[in-house]
Amino acid sequence: MSEAMMHVHFQVNEEVVDQEIKVRRHLVDFLREDLGLTGSHLGCEHGVCGACQVLIDGVLVRGCLSLAVAAHGKIVQTIEGLTEDGSLKQLQAAFLKHNAFQCGFCSSGMLLSALTIVKDYPQATREEIRELISGNYCRCTGYQSIVDAIESVLQENANNSLG
Amino acid sequence: MKSPDFEYVKPSSMAQALSLLDEHRDDAQILAGGQSLLAMMNLRMSWPKLLIDITGLAALRSIEEDSSCVRIGALITHHQVRTHRLVALSVPLLSQAAAHVAHLAIRHVGTIGGSMALADPAAEYPAVSLALGATVVLASTRGERRVRATDFFLGMYKTALMPGEIITAIEFPKATAQERFFFAELSRRRGDYAMVGLAMSAKVNQGFIEKGQLAYFAVQDQAVLAVKTMESLLGPISSTVSPETFQTLRVELSAKGDLQANAQTKNHLAGVLLSRALKSLGSSS
Repeated sequence: MSEAMMHVHFQVNEEVVDQEIKVRRHLVDFLREDLGLTGSHLGCEHGVCGACQVLIDGVLVRGCLSLAVAAHGKIVQTIEGLTEDGSLKQLQAAFLKHNAFQCGFCSSGMLLSALTIVKDYPQATREEIRELISGNYCRCTGYQSIVDAIESVLQENANNSLG
Repeated sequence: MKSPDFEYVKPSSMAQALSLLDEHRDDAQILAGGQSLLAMMNLRMSWPKLLIDITGLAALRSIEEDSSCVRIGALITHHQVRTHRLVALSVPLLSQAAAHVAHLAIRHVGTIGGSMALADPAAEYPAVSLALGATVVLASTRGERRVRATDFFLGMYKTALMPGEIITAIEFPKATAQERFFFAELSRRRGDYAMVGLAMSAKVNQGFIEKGQLAYFAVQDQAVLAVKTMESLLGPISSTVSPETFQTLRVELSAKGDLQANAQTKNHLAGVLLSRALKSLGSSS
């Protein structure tokens, strides 16, 4: 029996996707297998670990709990695109400085959560940062260094906005 | 794991969605946020032949009010429930509960209608809807009907939804000036499945609890109202829970153990939440 296919049209980073894709493909499998964008990682595949996160129309989502066909007409941004366009520059520098990268498996998902915090929760306290990244598993760092890195960016931005 | 094969359709009108659902019945599943459904499909616990994606139906995306209630469209996300001004003002218990639903990325996508339709025993909204006496609005090709929350939840993942029906909205009565609310949930990690949770509403008049509801979740197959325990709390607000009330609660809940905690732990934690609820009532009135 052949698998159900569907023609879709959407944008991934700067590229336009306009092709037949498997209906049962979740978005991260599509990014990784069909487009070769392996920056989004697959951990649990049921929405628990957060390694697969991407932005759809600017909103942070679980890639493994999104169907690729449901992205029709939308804009998908991945760790690759957001790195290239510089959106993550400040966070990536802070993660490096605070040793918040270790094995790197969670980092792409973690950075996208961090980006959402910087954008939507600029005044988050340390406790709130912990809650906001509670959907991202890291098995190396013990989270302290990640919270340090995000907190440092929020402080930096707050200081800058004070001039 | 990967989901089994299925067909996908995204109707552009409610009539089309309902007629597709009527035609395919048990072979079809409604896809809203998909934050539980797609996970269950990936785990091969659910295998619909057809997914009917209703996220294109703008009519299910509104939050409206009249003089007595706030009507929340089925496609409103947890994040929207949490951040909407009208919800915070008029249905504060629901607003508080939404903060506990899963994690940031999932709250951006998961919907209130989806959570109500799934009826997970550890879900927050079913308990809130019981505590507030909400009404679930359902639609099918046969028309619309309304079911009270107390009649809607029938067991673990079981609801009064009939084949061919979808949830279009949930109506919550507006909070009055005399009502106080308390929501708390204990979980191993913020956003994880609850070990036990409590949604409480209480009408307080000059230091007296006149009436109220205690809705516990993650203790039984479905959210439950602890009616006898609530009765024992009526009268002057006390800052401590009496041993008799704890005993009433234990008997009334008779919690079932699950992966998060055993029955004994749950019964104990249900009492802990009750104590916290009373403390918060004492300090807010």
